[in-house]
Amino acid sequence: MTQNSEPVNYVGIKNLTVTYQPKKGSPVEALQDFSLDISKGEFVSVVGASGCGKSTLLNVVGGLLGATGGEVLLDGTPVRGPRRDVGIVFQSPVLLPWLTVLSNALLVPKIQRLDKEKHKARALELLEMVGLSGYEDKYPSELSGGMQQRVSVVRALVADPALLLMDEPFGALDALTREQLNVDLQNIWMKTGKTIIFITHSVTEAVFLGSRVVVMGTRPGRLLEDISIDLSHPRLLSGMSSPEFGKYSDRVRDLLGVGPVSNENSAAAKHL
Amino acid sequence: MKTASGRSAARVLFLILIVGLWEFAIRAAHIPTYVIPAPSEVWNRLSLGFQQGFLLEYTRVTAVEIVLGYLVGVILGFGIAVLIVQYFAVDFFLYPIIISINAVPKIAISPLLIIWVGTGLESKVLIAALTAFFPLLVSVVTGLRLVEISQVRLMRAAGATKWQVFRMVALPNALPTIFGGLQVAIVLSVIGAVVGEFVGASSGLGYYILFANARLDTASMFAGFVLLALIGTFLSQAVVRTGRKVVFWREIDKMAQV
Repeated sequence: MTQNSEPVNYVGIKNLTVTYQPKKGSPVEALQDFSLDISKGEFVSVVGASGCGKSTLLNVVGGLLGATGGEVLLDGTPVRGPRRDVGIVFQSPVLLPWLTVLSNALLVPKIQRLDKEKHKARALELLEMVGLSGYEDKYPSELSGGMQQRVSVVRALVADPALLLMDEPFGALDALTREQLNVDLQNIWMKTGKTIIFITHSVTEAVFLGSRVVVMGTRPGRLLEDISIDLSHPRLLSGMSSPEFGKYSDRVRDLLGVGPVSNENSAAAKHL
Repeated sequence: MKTASGRSAARVLFLILIVGLWEFAIRAAHIPTYVIPAPSEVWNRLSLGFQQGFLLEYTRVTAVEIVLGYLVGVILGFGIAVLIVQYFAVDFFLYPIIISINAVPKIAISPLLIIWVGTGLESKVLIAALTAFFPLLVSVVTGLRLVEISQVRLMRAAGATKWQVFRMVALPNALPTIFGGLQVAIVLSVIGAVVGEFVGASSGLGYYILFANARLDTASMFAGFVLLALIGTFLSQAVVRTGRKVVFWREIDKMAQV
C-alpha cells in the first residue's frame, strides 16, 4: 500500500554527517556522509574501532543527538527526538537502584503512561525468557552484572518497540557471560522479530549475531563495507570455529586493519 | 559487645562511669557549684523543675518551636532548591542573594524579627526556620545536581519530561545527600530556637537557661543543657532512622558488598 514505487526501508540513514565542536581546537567529524538502509527484522551489527562514530550513529538514530547533515528516517518519518517505537540498551545497565527488577523493567511504560497490567504481563514473560524468573522483587545491587544487563534488555523490550538499539551492551561483561547473553539475544531476536542495530567492538560477537555486519572506519567515521552474513539461524557457539565463520571474521578484521592471527582487541583496546 | 543490647549496655555503663568521675572530681577538688555543678546538683534541679511542672512546660514550648521551625525551614529550603535547580533564572538571580542573606548571622537578625512578629512562638519558629533553611537548601541543590547523566539519558530516550526526570531519577538520587542536610538542619533548628528565646521570650529552655544565668544558678543552666541535648539527640536520631528507611537501597548496597 505504499504510494512510493521504491521499496520502503524500515530504517533509512541518508548521507548522515555529525560534527562536534570541541571547546578547544577544530571541529571533529564523528560521522561523514554515512548511508545505510535496514529492512524490518534485520539484525545489523556495527563494528569498528574506538572513535569511528558508532555510538554517535546510535544516538542520532535514537533521537538523542541531532545530525549536522543528512537525515534518519524511521518507518518513513524523520527522527527528530526520542521515539516510542525505539528501545535502547546502553553500555552499562543503568538500572535505578531504588526500584525492584520488575519496576525497572516497567520503567518505559511508566514514563509513557501506558497500560500497567498489560506491560506487567509482558515484563514477566520477557524476564522468564532471559532466565530471571523469581528475581522480580530483587533490587539491582543484588544481581550480577550479567543479570543487570539482562534486565536492561527486558526494559528496552517491554514497550514492544519495533527497533532495538544496542550500544556495546555486553562490553563490560566477562567472556562466558557475554557468550551466554549473545545466545540469549539471538533467541530474543528470533522469537520477537525485532529490527536490531547492535554496536560492538567484538568481531566474533558482530559476526555471530548479525544478519549483516557493517564495518566502520575512523577519523572521520564512515562506512567501509556492509557484509551480509549468510549463516543460518539459530547459530551455535560451536559454529564460531567453522570455516565460514572464520572467513567472515577475517574479512571484518582485514577491513579494520587487524591481522587474522592477532588479537581482535588490539584495534579496539583504546576505549572511547 | 556482639549483640545490639550488649552494645547499648556498654554505652550506658560508660556514661555512668563519666558522670561518676565528674561527681567525684567536683567533690574532691571542692569546685564551687556556680563554676561547675556536680551531676547530683543538676539532677536536683531537674527533678524539682519537673515536680513543679515548669520544666515540662518549657521543654514542650522549645520542642514545638524547634519542630515547627524545622518543618518551615525544610519546606522552604526544599522548594527554593528545586526552583534553583530547575530554572536557570532563579539560580542566576536569586541564589547569590540567598547566599548573601545567609552570611548574616541569624543572631544579628533576631532582634529585628522580634520587633516584626513579637516575642511569642512565631519569632522562635521563624529564627529556627531561617537557621534550618540554608543547609537544607544547599544539600537539596547539591543532591539534585549529582544526578547520574546515564540515568537522565535513559529517561530522555524513553521520552520522559523534565519533571518526570526530576521525580523519577534526580530526586531519588538526591535523597542520601538531602538526608545529610536534614540531619544538619535539625541540630541547627535547636540552636535557632534557643537563639530566639535568648533575644526575647517568657518561656522555653533558652529563657530558663538565661534566667538561671542571671542568678548564677549554674546547676539550672546545666539542667537546661541536658534537656536541650536530649531533644536534639532524639530529633536527630529520628531523622537518621527515617533516612535509613527512605534511602533503603543504600542498605541493600551495603549488604550486597559484604
